[in-house]
Amino acid sequence: MASLVSHPDEVKVVSKRFGMGATDIDRYLELDGYKAVRKALAMEPDAIINEVKNSGLRGRGGAGFSTGMKWSFVPKQSAKPKYVLCNGDESEPGTCKDRLIFEHDPHSVIEGVMIAALAVGAKSGYIYIRGEYRYLSNIMQKAIRDAYAKGFAGKNIFGSGRDLDIYWHGGAGAYEVGEESALMESLEGKRGIPRIRPPFPAVVGLWGGPTVINNAETLASVPHIILGGGEWYAKIGTPKNGGTRLFCMSGNVAKPGVYELPMGYNLKKMIYDVAGGIANGRKLKAVVPGGSSTPCLTPEEIDVAMDFDSVAKAGSMLGSGGVVVIDDTQCIVKFALRTMKFYKHESCGWCIPCREGTDWLEKTLTRFHRGGGLKKDIDNMQYLSENMLGRTFCPLGDAAAMPTIAFVKKFRKEFEDHLDGRPCPFEKAGAVEELPVMA
Amino acid sequence: MKFSDEFETRFAEMVPHYPTKRSALVPTLLYAQDEVGFLSDEVIAEIASRLDLTELEVRNVISYYSMLITKPRGKFNVQVCTNISCMVRGGEQILDHCKKKLGVGNKGTTADGLFSVEEVECIGACSWAPAAQVNYDFHENLSVEKVDKILDGYRHG
Ligand SMILES: Cc1cc2nc3c(=O)[nH]c(=O)nc-3n(C[C@H](O)[C@H](O)[C@H](O)COP(=O)(O)O)c2cc1C
Ligand code: SF4
Ligand code: FES
Repeated sequence: MASLVSHPDEVKVVSKRFGMGATDIDRYLELDGYKAVRKALAMEPDAIINEVKNSGLRGRGGAGFSTGMKWSFVPKQSAKPKYVLCNGDESEPGTCKDRLIFEHDPHSVIEGVMIAALAVGAKSGYIYIRGEYRYLSNIMQKAIRDAYAKGFAGKNIFGSGRDLDIYWHGGAGAYEVGEESALMESLEGKRGIPRIRPPFPAVVGLWGGPTVINNAETLASVPHIILGGGEWYAKIGTPKNGGTRLFCMSGNVAKPGVYELPMGYNLKKMIYDVAGGIANGRKLKAVVPGGSSTPCLTPEEIDVAMDFDSVAKAGSMLGSGGVVVIDDTQCIVKFALRTMKFYKHESCGWCIPCREGTDWLEKTLTRFHRGGGLKKDIDNMQYLSENMLGRTFCPLGDAAAMPTIAFVKKFRKEFEDHLDGRPCPFEKAGAVEELPVMA
Repeated sequence: MKFSDEFETRFAEMVPHYPTKRSALVPTLLYAQDEVGFLSDEVIAEIASRLDLTELEVRNVISYYSMLITKPRGKFNVQVCTNISCMVRGGEQILDHCKKKLGVGNKGTTADGLFSVEEVECIGACSWAPAAQVNYDFHENLSVEKVDKILDGYRHG
C-alpha cells in the first residue's frame, strides 16, 4: 500500500525483498527464505549469539543496545518458560519502517524471532503489532499460518525434533505500550504501565519468564546476518554500528520515503541527495534525526554520520530512524507544542515529573504560541524539562524533555519573537475557527 | 450475546496461545468492537465472563487504549494525523477540512451516523504525509481535493 522509493546509494538488506511478492511463502522460499533458520538449527546457541554480536547489530527500536549482548543476558537454565517478543508497536512520530517490513516481508520477522528463540532457548515467540495496523496483522497472521502448514513452526520444526510456536498479538492504540516493559503488560492483557527495573526482561519478563524483546527491524536483520555472516554485516556500517538501517525521511523534503542506507551515512547527504533536498525551493530550518523524542539539529549541525555514536556525539540520538525535516516556513514554537501535545497525551500518568511536566509544558507552549508568553517562561520551560530528565520510571519523561530543551536552546530567538502578545509570525491569515469538541 | 462465527473462531484460536486467559483481552476487545461498533455494557460483561475477569478490570483496560470506545461513533471514522511529519505537510488543514465538510468537531459524529472525525497521533505513515485512516484503511499524500473524493467514495460506496 505505502509506496516504495529507491536511490542508488541504498544497500538493500532488510528491504531486499520489498515489492517482490515475498508475503507468499513459496516466493519467500525462492528468495532464500527460511535458509537462515535451518542454518541456525545446526548451530550451537552460543555460536548464534556470537555471530550476532560480531555483526555489530544494535537495536533498531531506539536505544541502540547490542542485540547479541541482550540475548546473552538470558539465563541458560530457567524454571519458567522463556519467550521472544517482537516489538511492532511502531508509534514514535516520524517512524514508518516496521510497517514496510510487515507489509512486504513478514516471514523475515518470523524467521528472526525463530533464530532469537533458538539462541536463547525459548519455545514460543510473540509478534506484537499495533492495533492501527490491521491490514498488517492480517498479513502476519496468514504468514504464520503458512509457516505452520509447511512444518516450519509448531511441533518438530523442519523435522529437527524441536518445538517452536509463533503467535501474533495486537494492540489497541497507545504509544507507551512500545516501551518494553509496558509492552509485556499489554500482552498480558493489562494497561500499559511500565514495570520497575531491575529485574530486567531478560531475567523476569513475560508471565515471569526470561524474555528477549527486540524491534521488528532488528529481528528482520537477523536472518541476513546468519546467512551472510556477522563480519559481512559489520563491514557495511561503521565501527560498533553494523549493517544498514531503514531511514524514514519525512517532512519538508522533495522525495520523502523509507530508504535503506548503510549505518553512518551522512545526514546532509541523506537530506539533500537521497531525499531530494528541501521541497519547493525552501531553506532548511531544523532536522529531528531519530523520531520525535530526539533533540533537533540545526543546519550547521547536520554534517554528521548517522550511526548511534556519531549522532550522540552531535548531541542528539539516532533513535528510531525517523528523520523529520523542517523548512523555514515552519514555526519552531508550534512544532515544539505539537511534540509536547503528543507526549502529554501518551504519558501513562504514573510518575509526577512526566505527568505534570508534560501538562505544564503543553500549557506554557500553547500560551506562548498564542502570543501570551513571558520572557521568564522561556527559562522556566528549560528548567522544568531539565528537571524531568532521569526522574521517571520509563524514558517517556526524557523523550518529552529532551526535544524541548533543544528547541528552547537552539531556537531561543524564535521563542522571543512570540513574546508579549505578538502573534505567531508564521501563522497564516484567516486561521480556522474551532468547532466544539464532543468527547 | 452473539458474535459472528469469524469472531468465535478467532477467539477460540487465540485464547490457548497464552498461559493466562486475560492475555487475549486487548485484541479480543478490538475484534468485538469492530463487530458491534463500540464496547457496549453487554459486550464488556460478555468478554469479562469469558476471560474470568470482573467488568471493572475490563473497563480499566479499555480506558487506557485510545482505539477502544464505549460509545457509538460514525460508520466511517475519519482519523486524521496532525503529528509532526503530517503537520509540516498540511495535516491540520486536512483535519479542518474534514471537520468543516462534515460539520462536526473533533470526535463528533454526523447526524446521519455515517461519519465521525478524530484527530489522531502518528499512524506510521510519516513518509507519505499528510495521512489519515478511515476505519482501518490508510489514505496517504492527502490534499483537500483527494479528501473530498475519498469521503464521497465512502458516502456512496
Ligand atoms: C515510550 C517508549 C516507546 C517506545 N516505542 C517503541 C516502539 O514503538 N517500537 C520499538 O521497537 N521500540 C520502542 N521503544 C523501545 C523499547 O522499549 C525497546 O527498547 C525496544 O523494543 C528493544 O528492541 P531493540 O533492542 O531491538 O531496539 C520505546 C521506548 C519507549 C521508552
Ligand atoms: S515516565 Fe511517563 S509514561 Fe513513563 S512511567 Fe512515568 S508517567 Fe508513565
Ligand atoms: S506523523 Fe502523521 S503519520 Fe506519522
